[in-house]
Amino acid sequence: MPNRSAFWNFLLGRLSMDALPLHNTIVVVTFIVVALGGAALLGVVTWKRQWGYLWTEWFTSIDHKKLGIMYMILATVMLFRGFADAIMMRAQQAIAFGDNMGYLPPHHYDQIFTAHGAIMIFFVAMAYIVGLMNYVMPMQIGARDVAFPFLNNFSFWLTVSGVLLFMVSLFIGDFSHAGWLGYPPVSELHQSPGPGVDYYIWGLQLSGLGTLLTGINFVVTILKMRAPGMSLMKMPMFTWTTLCTSGLIVVTFPILTATLLLLSLDRYIGTHFFTAALGGNVMMYINLIWIWGHPEVYILILPLFGVFSEIVSTFSGKRLFGYSSMVYATVSIMILSYLVWLHHFFTMGSGADVNSFFSLTTMMISIPTGAKIFNWLFTMYRGRVRFDVPMLWTMGFLFTFTIGGMTGVMLSVAPADFLLHNSLFLIAHFHNVIIGGVVFGIFAGINYWFPKAFGFRLDPFWGKCSFWFWQIGFWFAFGPLYILGLMGVTRRLSHFTDPSLQKWFIIAAFGAFLILLGILSFVMQIYVSIRHREKYAVGHDPWGGRTLEWQTSSPPPPYNFAFVPKVHERDAWTHMKESGYQRPLQGFNDIHMPKSTATGVVLSALGFVFGFAMVWYIWWLAAVSFVALIAYAIHHTFNYDRDYHVSADEVNRFEHAGNWATDPQEVRA
Amino acid sequence: MRQIVQSANTPRAFTIRKLSPSPRILVPMSVKRLRGLLLLFPALALGGCHYVLLDPSGDVARQQSDLMIASAVLMSLIIVPVLIAVGVIAWRYRASNKKAVYDAEWDHSTYLELIVWAAPLLIIIALGAMTWIGTHQLDPYRPLTRIAEGRAADVKGQPLQVEVVSLKWKWLFFYPQYGIATVNELAAPVDRPIQFKLTSSDMMDSFFVPALAGQIYTMPGMQTVLHAVINKPGDFDGFSANYSGHGFTDMRFRFHGLSPQAFEQWVAKVRAGGHDLDRTAYDQLHQPSRDEPVHYYAHYSAGLYDRILNRCVDPGQMCMSQMMAIDARAAQGAHGEMHMPADASSQAPAHDAATH
Repeated sequence: MPNRSAFWNFLLGRLSMDALPLHNTIVVVTFIVVALGGAALLGVVTWKRQWGYLWTEWFTSIDHKKLGIMYMILATVMLFRGFADAIMMRAQQAIAFGDNMGYLPPHHYDQIFTAHGAIMIFFVAMAYIVGLMNYVMPMQIGARDVAFPFLNNFSFWLTVSGVLLFMVSLFIGDFSHAGWLGYPPVSELHQSPGPGVDYYIWGLQLSGLGTLLTGINFVVTILKMRAPGMSLMKMPMFTWTTLCTSGLIVVTFPILTATLLLLSLDRYIGTHFFTAALGGNVMMYINLIWIWGHPEVYILILPLFGVFSEIVSTFSGKRLFGYSSMVYATVSIMILSYLVWLHHFFTMGSGADVNSFFSLTTMMISIPTGAKIFNWLFTMYRGRVRFDVPMLWTMGFLFTFTIGGMTGVMLSVAPADFLLHNSLFLIAHFHNVIIGGVVFGIFAGINYWFPKAFGFRLDPFWGKCSFWFWQIGFWFAFGPLYILGLMGVTRRLSHFTDPSLQKWFIIAAFGAFLILLGILSFVMQIYVSIRHREKYAVGHDPWGGRTLEWQTSSPPPPYNFAFVPKVHERDAWTHMKESGYQRPLQGFNDIHMPKSTATGVVLSALGFVFGFAMVWYIWWLAAVSFVALIAYAIHHTFNYDRDYHVSADEVNRFEHAGNWATDPQEVRA
Repeated sequence: MRQIVQSANTPRAFTIRKLSPSPRILVPMSVKRLRGLLLLFPALALGGCHYVLLDPSGDVARQQSDLMIASAVLMSLIIVPVLIAVGVIAWRYRASNKKAVYDAEWDHSTYLELIVWAAPLLIIIALGAMTWIGTHQLDPYRPLTRIAEGRAADVKGQPLQVEVVSLKWKWLFFYPQYGIATVNELAAPVDRPIQFKLTSSDMMDSFFVPALAGQIYTMPGMQTVLHAVINKPGDFDGFSANYSGHGFTDMRFRFHGLSPQAFEQWVAKVRAGGHDLDRTAYDQLHQPSRDEPVHYYAHYSAGLYDRILNRCVDPGQMCMSQMMAIDARAAQGAHGEMHMPADASSQAPAHDAATH
């Protein structure tokens, strides 16, 4: 505590000038870059007088499509942050041998791997999949928005306040060094008295709440708002996987919230849930966090299984093979994912029966997953496979993910896990499935649905560059980690003594560099495509889509569908095309739509202030912001001005002006 | 034969476990030959590097490694054909190949569905059976029944007992049979079973000598057990495999596999130093430190390990075992039905003068 008067201590809690990491050159340089970049961005927005537009059309919007796009932008920004951490780790491990201690002291290195893991999972992968689900799912079921549109906006802004807390920790105070899951005892107050773990806790509490609300929202949307005729077994695969993922979110995210709450009770008021003394038990935290954490990885991968199902079927020009078995596989993965958490710590010493049980349940997951791989394979069989960029990513996924699945089964064999646990082999495995599955799926999905959102497709040249850099870079970056793992090298080391290992880390760093080129190619792809958007303009159904989102215009009108479609078949849009569907051009009605609101932004801003105040022990501010948050939420319940009608005339105008071209020539004309 | 085994002072105190020997055949013999093949590839590619997890020097690690390799081989039975099929089918049915059959409506085949589910199921049944047996046979709590393939463990001979404490950020080893202790250096005679009992002073670490046996967590206030044996003499890496803060990287030790004579000499060398690990010395050791050099202690205070385990090294603290015994007696008084062994309370280390 700095030496200052009680008044200042009351006013600022434990916040002081010492919290600014002025001694750390890397952080200072980062700050300058971020500050200049941020100032430039804000300057341009102000100069172009775009604040009003951004505020009314985007920030306060409760349109699921705009929220979906904002999630994708947020995730991409955080991908740069998380990847910067990755490059720093790779660089450190490539040079820190023998007398060379590298350029990162352990104190800094430990924060970097913690931030890398937490950001990549919570703010990159999660934000991307929520973005995709938000954009696509309501249109796939023929709905005009989600069930609780305001809640959707609130969820997004809660995620943003979590992100902001993580980012602020870079420049005020420091970040957690307890690993991405914040295991005690490292995360307990006596081991980490600084604000780092508190940033971690409150950042995740805010964004976790947002995710939970999203899950509830999507479950209700899918169960209650499907177009007439769309029974559960006629839903597109992506919608099915969204339903399963949302179900998992609803059941598991409260566990994360409760676990972090118990940890914060330990840290703030001195309880002993996870301490070694007075009846506390570290292993309780580790069990609880993985009861959330293992379903979490299926929350991430399931929607991408849906994306791949859509893409394989579309680009093979064929119905999805084994639809029902795909659905059963997805549901069994969802259920099994609750029953495997202990495989993250077989080495706790829980005994052979317990370990065998969790070993077998883990292996069992590979059965439905294997069935899925076969089904995608047979979808291509007797098809006409077009290798556009989304399909390339899907092929990359099939090769990479399958191998990741194999190493996963090796890890699931409990006795083998006693050797492989916490090794770089494990690191290679989960990057193998997360990159090979989740990241490849996200890029496949972006390339697939981008034309729907903007009316022009993404440049294929840079798309292919991005794909190949990622694909080759992945094996350069993580192949060596598999090898190092078999040599018994463990994770999270910031320095090595054995010089014979160095070449492998240099290869891995080279792989990370290739992935960097992959990310830059993706940025180039977006830039080039926007620049030449006329050249890339496409109609509303550029890929020969099979599901309802391809029926509406690109970009879709705010209400998605002038008339709610009637569904008779599984691939509803293909069926409509085959049966000679004619788009109605008259007879429109007024459409009832939800109205934008600033409440989500305000509540989340208050949530951010509350989190920041809690991190720095500024109790008065925490109390004020918390009360304000509750009061504003109650105030919002009295807001009856929540909806409006898009008049039939306006609908008429949209329906005639929208991009309904069926072939690209028409768009360009 | 079922028997109640009581491991002292642990939360796992009353565990019912089978002592009957499980089936001996853990992994098919062919794995031995496959290991040779598997080792060939990396050996060609890298020369000097040592794949310790594929070729460990202790029997327990070797069996674990066998299982790991067997699981990889079993999985390859299905993975390799699938990977080939992905490539072949995608190429054969490429859009430009107009000769290939195109059937947009073909989306179901009961026969194929059956294969799709049955193939992975069969592999997992085989692997599951191996895993179930292996997990029980290689349970770290289970005393060794063999010291190497085809060599049964000597049931009459005592295993070497080592009590392990992970400190911030170093390893402390007690040898109760020899009355000595060491820091960051561990030794054991080859082919003699070792029984580790492990705990931690503050953090959660993972005790791991890859050449010897799979790792096991060390946790404050709790005890885990690991049985292992080293079959080849040598100097091996040991470390903590679980992150525990800034000094974690340097939390390493050497493990020496020694011939019985060399082990006796090593014990004599430790004794020759004459240092004593009393409470003051332990308090010093307890301070966080990085890259701690090796220490030898010819004596240590009796019961020090139990006091660390029960978190009562400081004289004023009540041992957890005593606290639990008091709680248990209270519970027994209340219900009268608890089946506590008569000597439950005697597990508490006596507060004798030994530590002073």
